[in-house]
Amino acid sequence: MHFANQADAAKHKRTYLMVFGALAVLTVITVAVAKVHLAMPLAVTVAMVVALTKGSLVASVFMHLSTERKALFSVLILCVFFFAVLMTLPVLTTHESVGLVTQKYQPMHGPSHGAAEGGHSDGAAGHSESSSGAAAGKGDGR
Amino acid sequence: MSTSAAHAHPGSGHAHGHGHDHGHPAPGFWSHYVFSTDHKTIGIQYGLTALVFLFLGFCLMLVMRWQLAYPGQPIPVIGGWLPKSIADAGILLPEGYNAFGAMHGTIMVFLAIVPLGVGAFGNYILPLMIGAQDMAFPRLNMASYWSFLPGCVVMFASFFLPGGPAQSGWTSYPPLSNIATSGQTWWLLGMVFLITSSLLGSVNFIVTTIHMRAPGLTMFRLPFFVWAQLVTSFLLLLAFPPLEAAAVLQLMDRVAGTSFFMPEGLIISTKLLTESAGVFQGYSGGGSPLLWQHLFWFLAHPEVYVLILPAMGIVSEVIASNTRKPLWGYKSLVFSVIFLGFMSFVVWAHHMYMTGMGQAISIFFQATTMIISGPSVVILTALLISLWGASIRYTVPMLFATAFLPMFAIGGLTGLPLGLTASDIHLHDTYYVIGHFHYVVAPGTIFAVFAGIYHWYPKVTGRMMNQFLGKAHFWLSFLFINGVFMPMFWSGMAGALRRQYDPLMQLHAETVQGLGVMTSWSAWLLGLTQLLFILNFFWSLKAGAPAGENPWHATTLEWATEYTPPRHGNFAAVPTVHRGPYEYSVPGHAADFVPQHEHA
Amino acid sequence: MSATIELPHDVTPHPITGMYNGKFGVWLFLASEVMLFGALFSTYVLLRVGNPEWKHGWDLGLNIPLATLNTMILITSSVTVVMAWYSLQINKFDTARLYLWATVALALGFMVVKYFEYTAKFSHGITPKSNLFFAIYFTMTGLHGLHVLGGVVVFLYLVGPGSRMWLTHPEKYTNRIECTGLYWHFVDLVWIFLFPSLYLL
Repeated sequence: MHFANQADAAKHKRTYLMVFGALAVLTVITVAVAKVHLAMPLAVTVAMVVALTKGSLVASVFMHLSTERKALFSVLILCVFFFAVLMTLPVLTTHESVGLVTQKYQPMHGPSHGAAEGGHSDGAAGHSESSSGAAAGKGDGR
Repeated sequence: MSTSAAHAHPGSGHAHGHGHDHGHPAPGFWSHYVFSTDHKTIGIQYGLTALVFLFLGFCLMLVMRWQLAYPGQPIPVIGGWLPKSIADAGILLPEGYNAFGAMHGTIMVFLAIVPLGVGAFGNYILPLMIGAQDMAFPRLNMASYWSFLPGCVVMFASFFLPGGPAQSGWTSYPPLSNIATSGQTWWLLGMVFLITSSLLGSVNFIVTTIHMRAPGLTMFRLPFFVWAQLVTSFLLLLAFPPLEAAAVLQLMDRVAGTSFFMPEGLIISTKLLTESAGVFQGYSGGGSPLLWQHLFWFLAHPEVYVLILPAMGIVSEVIASNTRKPLWGYKSLVFSVIFLGFMSFVVWAHHMYMTGMGQAISIFFQATTMIISGPSVVILTALLISLWGASIRYTVPMLFATAFLPMFAIGGLTGLPLGLTASDIHLHDTYYVIGHFHYVVAPGTIFAVFAGIYHWYPKVTGRMMNQFLGKAHFWLSFLFINGVFMPMFWSGMAGALRRQYDPLMQLHAETVQGLGVMTSWSAWLLGLTQLLFILNFFWSLKAGAPAGENPWHATTLEWATEYTPPRHGNFAAVPTVHRGPYEYSVPGHAADFVPQHEHA
Repeated sequence: MSATIELPHDVTPHPITGMYNGKFGVWLFLASEVMLFGALFSTYVLLRVGNPEWKHGWDLGLNIPLATLNTMILITSSVTVVMAWYSLQINKFDTARLYLWATVALALGFMVVKYFEYTAKFSHGITPKSNLFFAIYFTMTGLHGLHVLGGVVVFLYLVGPGSRMWLTHPEKYTNRIECTGLYWHFVDLVWIFLFPSLYLL
């Protein structure tokens, strides 16, 4: 990546310094937001958005990704995809469903339970979502 | 068998690669044979090391098969030589059985098959096939081998530890592996070396394949072998690091007392682990054994495709050359292998169906597992159709390559009941699984490796291997290897469990013990048969018929080197490619093949 | 042994990828490093999701101001390495050398801050064994720290004995700085994600 002339070089230098400034500002922002103690889902989202912004600046400007060709992007997109798979799928195995269930799980009742219990099926179906996280966390190997 | 009429000498002009002509001093012994950066030397280093470990890994199993056929009986002849951690009074100990089992798997996968398929064949053949003078990063290539060898040494040395080597399966599941003897720590260290070696190699292969192709050699003129190696390299590059991370985590657990994989309240032999001595005293717990399984299988599933893809590449080249016609469906082969590589990253939890995963994700993995069988079938079908209407030369490599097809088919088909969750409930951890994966790797990949050795031996050594010994080696191996693995499907369906020291522990396994004896005898006879190969390999080095530069009359660039065996620089001048890789029996040509680089 | 062969695209970019060999190689290596740290981040997610009593970063006595300083140190070192490469592009070797030394100094500064952080923990009896959080904290920051040290070693070589290459093969030398810089930016990138994940959430 050679520079066409002095002006072009100076422009690049300015860009690097501006990105430096942006990164510094974003760092301050992310630390300041953390002090507010947001609820976890929001806190994670904000933190990741800021981190992704910082990361994109580093990658596109400092690592010259913005000037690279499609060939490299295909390799990196592949990598990002598998990274996303690695981040999400293992955690999803601890969930019984992933929000696609149309019918709540109904365990089979023996003949003695049927009439008396009526329509109440919640207690037995306690396998879903939140409690499974704790069960997995205790590491009983399920 | 000179083919001077059809083989036009490439290019003109002053050539690189005449190392001996330039007045440079000849390299000394160490830099020529040991610390070489030449891809061919490195390929041979990988190949020889891997063949030694292939033999060692096989021998481990031969010992185990005695215990499985004749439980509790002293092993004849060698029983007394085994160390105290492995056998007592010649009878294999349960710890010894587990140790041999774990090391058999580890050695076969990481020290034998992958180094053969990728390190040996890939390194030696790939640059030649693309008309390059060497890999893109020759010194990195050397570093890759010299990271591999220490890994091998560490693994081998672990056999001599007081507690024996790793004993928790090649899969090293915690918590068992966390509390295992010190051999497990050595296993983890060995794996770090081996993984590093693979990563360095994969970077080299990808850059070389994309950047170093000869002029005119577009991606769709590449021999399928190269495509297979390219996809394999991506698998190694992106799938190995999670296992390296997991190995670091397990090392932390074993050495620093962390609890990444250790649940709370673990009880070992009636005692709470937190109350034990050593590093686990007062451990914090809260970890997840399943975490290891995810990280391990994230690699290990793509790893099995690393085991098979180079084999498919080798078989394709052998088939093309011995059928004297182009491979059928070249584009479908290429797109299938790319799709296969991609899908291999999203099927791993089919090894974990029995861990109590949620239904939704189980269904997801079952679906992707079913989908991934598609491209394998396409590849197999294309290779089968390639035989149709061909004038097949049943040379020794062709025998192995042809046998690969139905063997791989059996392996692949028997994978389907394992990939379906419902049937996997019954078959998981039985001998059926062992039969399935061995069919793919043993009469599958190993046969392909033999095909490759018989096929390229003339190029590497300048001599032909003995045909009679080769054919005997093939037929006997084919017979006995089926004798080893076919019975396992019946044992498994009857419920015989794998990784069991005592095959008669469950009553129902008694009904199939006879099958186990048949497997054992077939294995020992298979072992004896390999002596034919070893004899042939070494005898032919000195006494094989001189091969000439293209004894198989093949079209691809590796047969167009300046010398046979090729020397540093490979080609007299960089070849220019004018056509695809499988121009056999082209109408209007005098010869039944047109090499890629020959002028129009 | 390799002196007799000239490998294509050692310096000249390849028409398809637009990169020379070394650069493509380093990007591929970085892809594998993404998977390495990704596995550790995945570990962190899995363990944290499975342990509802997991404490927040600020409740665990982590030194956030010090870590913020470290973040700024690494970001600055990323700038200095880019400026080093830029200086080489405009043929100012001495300026480049200054920027490289600055990068090394900042990197070592990062490690010094890390040293203080770690020893403060150890003196309070907090080790990787203490609980799951500190297990993952020490492992991830430790591995990251090893990567920082690796970068320092390479930079020291390039600004020291390796700098002779500027006199014989300036373009190749510039490329080496670029490649090491790419690695260094990646190390910075990892910290950009590690810092909020461990300290702020």
